[in-house]
Amino acid sequence: MTNVTGEIRSGTYFDSVVLMQLQKGMLELDGVLDAGVMMGTQANKDVLDQSGLLPSSCRIAVAEDLIIAVKADSVSQASAALKHVDVLLNKRKLIADDQEFRPRSLDMAVRTLPNSQWVIVSVPGRYAAGVAREALGFGKHVFLYSDNVSLEDEVSLKTMAADKGLLVMGPDCGTAVIDGVGLGFANQSQSGSVGIVAASGTGLQALTVTIDNLGSGITNAIGTGGRDLNQQVGGITSRQALDVLNRDTNTKVIILTSKPISSRSAMELMQVLHALEKPVVVNFLGYAPPAYQIGNVFFASTLREAAKLAIELCDKLDLSTNMKSDSQKKFASSQRYIRGLFSGGTLAYETLLVLRAFTTGVYSNIPIDESYKLDDHASSHKHTIIDMGEDEFTIGRLHPMIDSDLRLRRFKQEAADPETAVILLDVVLGYGSHSNPAAELAPIISEAKSLARRSGRHLEVVVLVVGTVSDPQDVVAQTNILRKAGAHIETNADEAAIYVGNIISGLNTTSKASLRPVVLDSSGQSLAAINVGLESFYESLIRQGAEAIHVDWQPPAQGKDNLMDLLAKMKS
Amino acid sequence: MAKIKIDQANDIAVERMMSARPILTGIATARDVIPNMEDNLLLHAGPPVEWEQMSGPMQGAVIGGLIFEGLVDNETDAVSMVEAGEVKFAPCHEHSSVGPMAGVTTASMKVYEVTNTTHGNVAYSNLNEGYGKVLRYGAFSDDVITKLRWMNDVLAPVLSEALVKSENGIDVRQLLSESLHMGDEGHNRNKAGSILYTAKLAPMVTKLAIDSNIASEALQFLADNALSVLNPVMAACKSMADAAHGVDGSTLMTIMARNGTELGIRISGLGDKWFTGPVGQPDGLYFPGFTAEDASGDIGDSTITETVGIGGFAMASAPAIVAFVSGTPQDAINATMEMYEITVSEHSHFTIPALNFRGTPVGVDIRKVVELGITPRINTGIAHRDAGVGQVGAGLVRPPMNVFEDALVSYAEHYGLV
Repeated sequence: MTNVTGEIRSGTYFDSVVLMQLQKGMLELDGVLDAGVMMGTQANKDVLDQSGLLPSSCRIAVAEDLIIAVKADSVSQASAALKHVDVLLNKRKLIADDQEFRPRSLDMAVRTLPNSQWVIVSVPGRYAAGVAREALGFGKHVFLYSDNVSLEDEVSLKTMAADKGLLVMGPDCGTAVIDGVGLGFANQSQSGSVGIVAASGTGLQALTVTIDNLGSGITNAIGTGGRDLNQQVGGITSRQALDVLNRDTNTKVIILTSKPISSRSAMELMQVLHALEKPVVVNFLGYAPPAYQIGNVFFASTLREAAKLAIELCDKLDLSTNMKSDSQKKFASSQRYIRGLFSGGTLAYETLLVLRAFTTGVYSNIPIDESYKLDDHASSHKHTIIDMGEDEFTIGRLHPMIDSDLRLRRFKQEAADPETAVILLDVVLGYGSHSNPAAELAPIISEAKSLARRSGRHLEVVVLVVGTVSDPQDVVAQTNILRKAGAHIETNADEAAIYVGNIISGLNTTSKASLRPVVLDSSGQSLAAINVGLESFYESLIRQGAEAIHVDWQPPAQGKDNLMDLLAKMKS
Repeated sequence: MAKIKIDQANDIAVERMMSARPILTGIATARDVIPNMEDNLLLHAGPPVEWEQMSGPMQGAVIGGLIFEGLVDNETDAVSMVEAGEVKFAPCHEHSSVGPMAGVTTASMKVYEVTNTTHGNVAYSNLNEGYGKVLRYGAFSDDVITKLRWMNDVLAPVLSEALVKSENGIDVRQLLSESLHMGDEGHNRNKAGSILYTAKLAPMVTKLAIDSNIASEALQFLADNALSVLNPVMAACKSMADAAHGVDGSTLMTIMARNGTELGIRISGLGDKWFTGPVGQPDGLYFPGFTAEDASGDIGDSTITETVGIGGFAMASAPAIVAFVSGTPQDAINATMEMYEITVSEHSHFTIPALNFRGTPVGVDIRKVVELGITPRINTGIAHRDAGVGQVGAGLVRPPMNVFEDALVSYAEHYGLV
């Protein structure tokens, strides 16, 4: 006949190593057949229950409670074992007391290690936001390993951090490598020229390992937490991290990886990527990229491919080459928008698709997203791409591929708009089309350009010419005429869209709220961190030669909610 | 309602605590100087306590006090008198006084007068009786009473005259600053302080003595007792703590005291209210022949030292007594380090060589105590549970957490936070 007995201790916290040692210690006691010491989460209770170690008295335990359960030959042996718990715990404490003082509060830890830049938080989720907030208050970056942090807290923490020029990695951020030191779970990898921003922990680890195996290395690998690219969070950490790597002189190429994200977030982030000065290899699992390369952004469909591509780019890269068009320098400040006047519907649609990588808001009479439907097809609004082959333009007249009258009038209208920076036109050659569209367009283009010049603007005109040399109009002849008139010529829709996309993202960077820059290596000193929570994270920091201090953290007010509430009101 | 600025109030309170300058100016009769002292009033250590609830040593000291006062001749009469309701009891702390262990102070007893010259308040403490069978541990046999009478009639006048004639009295804060650099922590260990104290008095005592035998006896008594200076130190600490009391909005602890049954604290911003809980059993080392079974509950006003940032808080300055904290000099440093967690400042006058002359942790903030779950460390002597046996050991004890939690809740109610 075996006996199972147990007790609950509320408001206590021990790291799991201590609990395992305690469990082991109890198993060595007389008559003890089995013992379980775990925090009272549902998952843990299930585990205990399956081993027959969950007496009814312990079923009411909640996540913040410690359950101590013993199975023994007799009732007396079981209760003797329970009584021995404190002896076992104190035995450990005696050993611990011989160490350097371990602060109990973050405040004390900060005073003890004032040059620390990081606070690593792995306390239970319920308390994690509080600790992180305190860390930000002390001006420290936060590596937030804890999960079960609310989205609301994540947004408020990251907003607070961004205001202070600090970084919050996480919540639920398992790994990062800063200044050659791994935080959380991390692989030892050599230093190199690739910087990583990852919303996925194992993604980050896999990348660092692959890069290392391929004989290269990384600068910093920054985790963001899996929800950073959610609409609500808005990629605050990702943006900060990209900016850090963009400014870092050792980083040549950046890899950005994430688990599947909404295409809206992807699009928004794409604009940030285009504003960077360095090549970025993007691996959004499940996101269908519009092209292999758009300006400085390269797309890889797997982690391995991303790693290989980044290394190749590092090797190839001549950093003095600017991958971007520099035509935006001449625009007036009023000029912010692209206006696309298409005769070909599919060409217009492909342009819309590619432009998504540069900007979210392109209005059209054939929008991808219905909320960007033009109210009035006769007048443009912000970025606008119009398919003039649609019914509303062709009632009572010929298709614009034959009759360009309407399009030419619209061209003049757009050219006169001081907000227009770029006009994109398609010219589709071939049998059946207008016999010499360039001859009609050229004078209007040059006139519009000179008009703009006289009023202090630069009007960029891009013409997408679709045709062959054997076509009746002869593509070479047509493009020569258009070039002479000052037009920029493209022959593929995606390339044309990338060309104008680069221009408009250059035009609109100033209007974006600029981030307060995050500094990771303040005055060049090496990484120093305060660890709050899992002791093993502290130990691995020390093993890596980093300066670190471990906080002997306990739940505030011993987990008593009423007192925690009062204390919150009494922080002045 | 304007938001209370708690941090600011605490800064004011702790600044008053640290800037208080306690000067030992003389010795007088309790009845003449202690506010509202009465002939049938008996002051005791800790928060208020009734006879029935008093611990063994406390009851013994009460009996001894009544015999010393000449109100009764023996134990039986003393108990009858108390049970007849003819004796009033009050905490020393409610009369600007402090006393070690039982702390029993009666109207005819001589007391040290310590004036805080910065803020003008005065605090009092009885004279230390030395070791062995003594009143403060509840002993009341004839030899105990005889020694008390000698202290009152012979020792006190000599010391008093010496103090009065010495131009500026004795600056106790300065003496403590020095003794903390000589291995004292000011509560359990006052060896260096007592020597300094004796050395300061000796020239004046010998100069003024009409009878060199009396001078010799008096100085021998001081020199033999490593706790000679404890009582003036406690009065000095009391004068510092009182200076910090009554700051509106402050969450600083300004009193912590034990009566053998309960421990009580008071909070600067919460007036005269006591917050009490059962005393703990000290964890310590015992003199040969005694064990933890013999120990009385924690007792004495001497925790006024911890209240103002010395004693257990200055453990790092007293490596010689680390055995009380179970081990090594590192433990002593850790003990002090832990107290920085719950205090609002570092003392501007009391510093610790081992911590690179960092100021001692001073000003216990009940918010920090409750939030971190860390109670103040107390270094203490341990009394025998039976009256009159005396000290059986020394060690470490902590106050019960509930007194801080209760005070926090009361604060929130008082200041309209709930």
